[in-house]
Amino acid sequence: MSIIGVLGELLVTGGVLVLLFIVWQLWLNDAVLRAAQDNEAAALSESWATSVPLPTASEDPVDPGTPAILAAPGDAEVFGILRVPRFGDDYAAKIAGGVSTSRTLNPIGIGHYPDTQMPGEAGNFAVAGHRNTHGKPLNQVGTLQIGDAIVVQVEEGWYTYRFRTLEYVKPSGVGVLNPVPQMDGVEASDSIITLTSCNPAFSTAERIIAYGVFESWTPTAAGPPAALTDPLEG
Amino acid sequence: MYAALWRALPGPVWVRLIILIVLIAAVLYALATWVFPWVQSFIDPQEVTVEE
Repeated sequence: MSIIGVLGELLVTGGVLVLLFIVWQLWLNDAVLRAAQDNEAAALSESWATSVPLPTASEDPVDPGTPAILAAPGDAEVFGILRVPRFGDDYAAKIAGGVSTSRTLNPIGIGHYPDTQMPGEAGNFAVAGHRNTHGKPLNQVGTLQIGDAIVVQVEEGWYTYRFRTLEYVKPSGVGVLNPVPQMDGVEASDSIITLTSCNPAFSTAERIIAYGVFESWTPTAAGPPAALTDPLEG
Repeated sequence: MYAALWRALPGPVWVRLIILIVLIAAVLYALATWVFPWVQSFIDPQEVTVEE
């Protein structure tokens, strides 16, 4: 057995290990984490949705009233669940305060930019999430089609947004977080949701931005909104 | 190195094969459970936020 032979085997082993790591990081671990995050969020969603009795068929429809406006969450505090039928029927991702990678984006999923508004408020509810790795909650953000539902569930009910458009910006493009995106010093009248993730996939060169416009509020007592129960169009 | 490992394993070929498969499975499990998450904490190229 020669030294060269052993060295060769070690090098081949090292190469295989690197390939295994890449497969693990980009696909295997992501699938496992995505499933775990979906399940955790679905369980939380279920516990919120069943916290009040649902209306029976004979009752009058529940008056939706005005949207609940939550206080800004603490760092890494889970306050909502993102549901996007276009990302899959089982898709659910927890939303927590802050956009720190180590405290919110890596372990929890979606993070809320602290200086932006909350859902239902006039202004911009801006959140960030991974497009690859760590369960990739916004992996399919590029597949959204105009009019697709983007639903944010909190304990009090569901905010339904409708996807409008994608935008691509540099990593320094903080204008997307303004109350009226890309407008300075303009007072907001509409409620917007803004999703930010990396672009291209697997890269940090740019950011992909998805905008949605607030459509309706559904309190928990009224049951899930049609956007989640009706089949997807298109 | 691997030839020496093969010679060191006891029993007929099919017993050696089973031992080898169990060994490989144990190594893969250890990698996925401890080694890869540890390595990933050093390599994290994913930035998804906009900031000044």
